[in-house]
Amino acid sequence: MRTYAMVIDTRTCIGCGDCVVACKNENKVPAGLNRDWVVEATRGEYPKLQTEFRSERCNHCGHATCVTNCPTGASHYWRDTNIVLVAAEKCTGCKACIAACPYDARLLMHPDGYVDKCTFCHHRVEKGQDPACVSGCPTRCMYFGQIDDRDSEVSRLLRERRYKTLMPETGNRPHVYYLL
Amino acid sequence: MNRREFLKVSGALGAAGAMPTLLGGCAARPLPGSGKVSATPTVCNMCFWQCAGTLYQEDGRPWKLVGHPDDPHCAGRLCTRGSAGIGAYLDTDRLRQPLLRVGEDQGQRFKPVSWDEAFDFIARKMEAIGKEHGKDRIALFSHGGGGDHFRRMLQAFGSHAYAHPSFAQCRGPRATAFSLTFGEGVGSPDRTDMANSKCIVLIGSHIGENLHNSQVQTLTQALDRGTTLITVDPRFSVAASKSKHWLPIKPGTDIALLLAWMNVLINEDLYDHDYVARHCVGFEQLVEHVQAFNPEWAYLETGLDPALIRATAREMAAAAPASLIHPGRHTTWYGDDTQRCRAIAILNALLGSWGRPGGFYKQEKVDLPEYPAPKPPKPVGDWKQLVQGDYPLVGTGISNKLLEHSIGEDAFIKGWFVYATNLPMTLPGAHVQIEAAAQSLDLMVVVDTMPAEITGYADVVLPECTYLERYDDLRNKPERTPSLALRMPAFAPSHETKPAWWMAKGIAEKLGLGAYFPWQDYSEVLDWQLQKVGSSLAEMQTLGIKMFPRKTAIYFEEGKPVSFSTPSGKIELYSSILADVGQDPLPKYSPPERPPQGYYHLNYGRAPAHTFARTINNPQLFELMPENAVWVNPAAAAVLGVASGDYVQLENPQGRRSNRVRVRVTERIRPDSIYMVHGFGHTDTRQRLAAGVGADDADLMHNVRIDPVAGSTGMRASFVTLVKTGEVA
Amino acid sequence: MIEEVLVTARYNAKVDPVLGIWTWEIAFYLFMGGMAAGIMLFSAWAVLTRRRETLTFAHDRFALWAPVALSLGMTTLFLDLEYKIHVFRFYTSFEPSSPMSWGAWVLVLIYPLMIVQILSTLRDGYPAMARLLERIPLGGRLLDLCQTRRGMIALSVIPLAVGLGIYTGVLLSAFSARPFWNSAALGPLFLISGLSTAAVIPILAGVQRQERHFFEVADMTLISVELLLIGLLLVSLATGAAQQREALSLVIGGEYTVPFWLWFVLPGLLVPIVFELIALWGGRAFALTAAVLVVYGGFMLRLVMVEIGQVSSWNEYAIQFDPELLQRLVQ
Repeated sequence: MRTYAMVIDTRTCIGCGDCVVACKNENKVPAGLNRDWVVEATRGEYPKLQTEFRSERCNHCGHATCVTNCPTGASHYWRDTNIVLVAAEKCTGCKACIAACPYDARLLMHPDGYVDKCTFCHHRVEKGQDPACVSGCPTRCMYFGQIDDRDSEVSRLLRERRYKTLMPETGNRPHVYYLL
Repeated sequence: MNRREFLKVSGALGAAGAMPTLLGGCAARPLPGSGKVSATPTVCNMCFWQCAGTLYQEDGRPWKLVGHPDDPHCAGRLCTRGSAGIGAYLDTDRLRQPLLRVGEDQGQRFKPVSWDEAFDFIARKMEAIGKEHGKDRIALFSHGGGGDHFRRMLQAFGSHAYAHPSFAQCRGPRATAFSLTFGEGVGSPDRTDMANSKCIVLIGSHIGENLHNSQVQTLTQALDRGTTLITVDPRFSVAASKSKHWLPIKPGTDIALLLAWMNVLINEDLYDHDYVARHCVGFEQLVEHVQAFNPEWAYLETGLDPALIRATAREMAAAAPASLIHPGRHTTWYGDDTQRCRAIAILNALLGSWGRPGGFYKQEKVDLPEYPAPKPPKPVGDWKQLVQGDYPLVGTGISNKLLEHSIGEDAFIKGWFVYATNLPMTLPGAHVQIEAAAQSLDLMVVVDTMPAEITGYADVVLPECTYLERYDDLRNKPERTPSLALRMPAFAPSHETKPAWWMAKGIAEKLGLGAYFPWQDYSEVLDWQLQKVGSSLAEMQTLGIKMFPRKTAIYFEEGKPVSFSTPSGKIELYSSILADVGQDPLPKYSPPERPPQGYYHLNYGRAPAHTFARTINNPQLFELMPENAVWVNPAAAAVLGVASGDYVQLENPQGRRSNRVRVRVTERIRPDSIYMVHGFGHTDTRQRLAAGVGADDADLMHNVRIDPVAGSTGMRASFVTLVKTGEVA
Repeated sequence: MIEEVLVTARYNAKVDPVLGIWTWEIAFYLFMGGMAAGIMLFSAWAVLTRRRETLTFAHDRFALWAPVALSLGMTTLFLDLEYKIHVFRFYTSFEPSSPMSWGAWVLVLIYPLMIVQILSTLRDGYPAMARLLERIPLGGRLLDLCQTRRGMIALSVIPLAVGLGIYTGVLLSAFSARPFWNSAALGPLFLISGLSTAAVIPILAGVQRQERHFFEVADMTLISVELLLIGLLLVSLATGAAQQREALSLVIGGEYTVPFWLWFVLPGLLVPIVFELIALWGGRAFALTAAVLVVYGGFMLRLVMVEIGQVSSWNEYAIQFDPELLQRLVQ
């Protein structure tokens, strides 16, 4: 079982949105639809403030409710990994997966009628490359790799730094980590 | 029942969804990159950083743009706009054909003409101006490398008057100040050695919201290494949010802070004695000058805690010489900008960072020979003296002065070439003057890729192809390591668009000046130049970028004397040149104007998604950020009675109102100020995405403060209030 | 104060600003599913308790309505699919973790059972149709078989029909990502509602007084239970975690307060139960009005549940742009 994770350093993320453009280009995402997006969270009162930027996308959860709820098996795990993909040829467009995602990360609808979302660029992962967003980030704040490999950079980062995931209380076991 | 809104694309495209192809239903979708992929080297032109990259096509369609891994400008990563260059190419609103104005009235009516017709018209008009007034009466406003071809053509004709708005509307004060102090400018890319810095101070510079690629990358590397970042900004910028210390300074009071820092460094004996002794003159005058400006005094002006002022000065000093106060780039703020940049330069000298690791390194570029061509004739008259007499220290054109000298019957300038700069949104508060100039001029030629607002004033509009469709000069910018990068066409020019070099040559030929452009295709020039440095066009078409070894030292060498291009041959803390022309030789502080009751400081800046006004219509970037929003502090919002999502108009004290703009209530801006991203509020309806969206800050600038040294337009001294339009989210 | 905004414009169709994937098509399907289950259950009940004289309609004729209702629901369900040609994919696999997969198979398996249930009383209920069927080879034998096994058929209908009714609720409640739905009360609620809407059909069909009375009383009981279950649902939300309490606020003071109470609970549940009470003392008009309102209420229950559930979410980001602007991209 290969567990892929994305680790994003919020200390150096500047919220520039390059990851969004890189993804749209690489994956030819149709106009008006987004597989990833950037969020800005500000706490405090002027001048005591903290701002955090987060690049968000599908979290390729360990317990992906979109996979468990898919009636046709179109939403599935790729090979022996935790990368969640949609097999367009099996998708009926019932949208149960969209309802099932607590992160609202299923973008639906590709104009052809099937559900689409971040794929962790598995077509690049297959060739040993990082996802397009990770490769495009100008501050290099995004990392990608296998957390089941103790020696990978992502494993090292998670050992050395404080981090969080989005809404872990959903129980979905997300695999996008934000270094604090 | 509350109806949720659906993006109507789902309606438009849902019809397609009802009838999917059977083939699409049975087979898996093809994965990206599984088709026929081709790669073309290019140099990005989405901003002035000019990163080298590669354009990938799949099955004959543009796929993606990726940075060149060897390029010092981008280290393999293009920025948000660079990645969206394909959008500029695919933009359906692009100019397609040369346009000639028809009719004498003000109506913007143009008819498409052939290139030949357009060139004929231009040549005739230029010759008429030459006969009636003089050959030196045509000015060039230019932004970007392509303008150099028009400059050459105009110089060949006899006109040497030109301006890059990026001087007087942007980097002029810092260029002037650093030249006066160190004898050299800062460079583009800036010569900051941030990757090696231990302490970085940003004065208003919002690195991270501007995407000066390698600046963002080296700053990030510094942060990753634990470098101390200190940001001085009235707004909680992205850089401020990553800083150890954020100094939320009152707008317009930066010089007070800088003087106080000098005071601390000098009086607490924290400056670099050795460096100052060896390299600087004017220290004694500086010491005397700053005695009055202690942190307690500065607190009264800036609102900053004196303990914080002291602490940050000490931190800077502790990290010196790897301690740098960033010169910024867009420095045209309040009219005392050259003096503020001088203060920054002086502080860097006190810290000893100029020429030292972690401070400012020495840039070098490739020694590239110029293609042999006749030299243009010497200018007929001294246009600079005539047009810029008040600014003896400025060696380049001041766009706002050129504009002034284009208005009226007796104006010096009779014709304009405008290359790739949208003057109505570039020059602050200048709409009246631009209109007046448009009336007075005998000829206005505008060259652009898009129907920007300035094209509406033109007599002739010449459509340029985008950077993805042309060859251009080799990119050869001074950097850490000299390099040459190739821009070559990935696509044939769309419709009738052409590169600037082709246009300039065509016009020159009509004027009988073809000899000044002794080549047929610009690729010949590139190949010739490349062969002279041991490469060739063919090689560069494969490599994309070629690195060259440095010939000079990157930092000052221990023990070796350094000579500076100043009158004294040293770093001039006290500027004798400024004294000679009657300006303050040491920076002085004067308190800024306060906004009238009910008005707020009008602050503006950049967003990563856009390059000023010119990318708003790029579909990929429009999708990322379709409109700007005016940031309002919650306290101010309560007073104004606005909430996030409301739409308001901004109004300046003269009653000029902006287009409606969305409100964002946020704590990231002070209660006495508002903030917005510049570039929105387009009025030209031919830009179908951008037209009528967001507000234009430049149009509201009623209080433009001219810098007495650089002649630049200080744009942050204006005020606005918010007028509710009644629309709510 | 926390300000969370989207920096980059995101306006994915059907996801932003709130989930908008299912509307009336799904609500109608759930409504019909519940009604079909109710019809089957009442028919089975009438057969099992041998009430042919007192509940003639229910015993002999009611069962035919079940596949009609279900088919209407399945039609709108099909309309909702974005990739309709792939509808067969529901039946090329079975995903045990997906309630929708269970439902897809149940829906298919329930049809044969419905047919035999109809056939088991066809000769009594629809003699003309029975005669037609007898003309087909083996048609008569089939009718005999179903008729004799009437009781067993009725018995086996019960679990499947109960399953169908509850499944329409479980389908929604299984989505942990939608706090408003994520309560076990939803399954029984939809089943009871299905029974209730089925119960008024005989009234609308104009049955004899005795049968009508039975169904009026049954319906009143069912509505009472329904009200109890709705109460339990709200209580479970009120005593849940933060996002459940936030979901509850949508109907207590939030934007769905009026639709939920004024357009559903009042006319769909409270008024009918009162009218049915009055109808007990004569007043057929009241009974008919109540029946119509019950049908309305059954649909409205599904409609508000489907809507409100989608609006309830775990997170929400403010936006800094006008979504209308993105329309310009597709013009």
